[in-house]
Amino acid sequence: MTVLTEIADAVIQGDGARVAEATRRGIAEGTAPKRILDEGLIAGMTVIGDRFRVHEIFLPDVLLAAKAMYAGMDTLKPLLVRDGIPSIGKVVIGSVRGDLHDIGKNLVGIMLKGAGFEVIDLGHDVAPERMVRTAVEQGASVIGMSALLTTTMPAMREVVQLLRAQGQGGTIRTIVGGAPVTAAFAREIGADAYGFDAGNAVDVVKDLVRRR
Amino acid sequence: MPCPTSGSRRDGASDLVILEFTPADVAPARTDVLAQLGIPEAADVSPRIERLYEAAAELFTERVAPAGVLEEISVAEFADVYPGEGRNEPRSPVAEIFSRAEHLALFAVTLGEGISQALQRCFVAEDLALAYTLDALASVAADGAAELAERRFDGVLHEQGWSTPDGAVLRYSPGYCGWDVTGQRKLFTFLRPGRIGLSLTESCLMQPLKSVSGVIIAGTRTIHRFPPTYDFCDRCETRTCRDRLATLFRREHA
Repeated sequence: MTVLTEIADAVIQGDGARVAEATRRGIAEGTAPKRILDEGLIAGMTVIGDRFRVHEIFLPDVLLAAKAMYAGMDTLKPLLVRDGIPSIGKVVIGSVRGDLHDIGKNLVGIMLKGAGFEVIDLGHDVAPERMVRTAVEQGASVIGMSALLTTTMPAMREVVQLLRAQGQGGTIRTIVGGAPVTAAFAREIGADAYGFDAGNAVDVVKDLVRRR
Repeated sequence: MPCPTSGSRRDGASDLVILEFTPADVAPARTDVLAQLGIPEAADVSPRIERLYEAAAELFTERVAPAGVLEEISVAEFADVYPGEGRNEPRSPVAEIFSRAEHLALFAVTLGEGISQALQRCFVAEDLALAYTLDALASVAADGAAELAERRFDGVLHEQGWSTPDGAVLRYSPGYCGWDVTGQRKLFTFLRPGRIGLSLTESCLMQPLKSVSGVIIAGTRTIHRFPPTYDFCDRCETRTCRDRLATLFRREHA
């Protein structure tokens, strides 16, 4: 087993200590940080994502794997920054204004990080203006919005409209999700995409970033 | 149906009932929590998820401090509470149901601040799996506490001699089914659930987070039946109203 497959395997097993140890060993052996990221950490999370998608494993397994992955990222991140290696994209996420429920949004954030995105999590009850301002200032390519209440869903439309008003509609893409949110609602408010669960959201965001 | 809460007491001569729960009263069934986690009943649960569940259940028992409050309200009084700040949907089930009610009560239940703090600590520590499991456990428990409030109101009505062969009680909450979340302000003004440590944020959401409030409506069960054809139903994917109604029409009235 190479150090990269060992890292991937440890991520799959949710074994954070082994991920951290193997990542340090890989660096010491001179493996490029970008390879450790892509062929070790992200490769492991990709397997987890695939198994989750076909219901072989469940969300807590994904979260245990994500935590293990973070153990490697803690070591790797300074080296990636040093080498000027960009993330595959920057995503601003938040539960919309009036909505305090953020577990679903947190899951999306975890899965996005696992896929190699840089995630700026604004938390819950986020005003449309703050979402747009942060995305513009940070140079994000996607805004992800979550709502659990039907009564807070209209705030998603405000974000889309605000982006367009600022001429950012074609630059910063939007994805919406949450228990009461539907693909039809996403189309109705002019959002670029809809994610029906955390795993799907990652695929959709990847697609949005590719199409930019 | 007997009241399953550990206890309750009336506040003086008023219609206010303080609900007293123990952690055991609100501890949810394992299968319900696993379902909330997206794990089907028939699935093999891995040892690591079992360990996670046990850790979350232990944390829950340590930190939960459940409490509730229930207060009867007349149809006329609720007609003043329900419109909130004028942001409800033009048509909603609650608006059409409550005027046909025989009895109404406002309620609020909470699992307490300890659970919210524990969740926050798990997230900060990036112990996401434990946070998610505890969150699922607490969400099911909060609904369970609301269910206990509903049953308690049923019990109170029966103590008062309310007996309708086809009677049923069902709860509705701001933030759902066309009742705008800003309706919480008037509900809180009437109910004053600060007595059990509950407050509202500027966005009208409850603190502690794992809390449920709303109105419990008692009447013939047919008043609760409504078709999912309101404008906002098109935007809703949960359709939990269907499950609740199905349960109501299956449930034997005490």
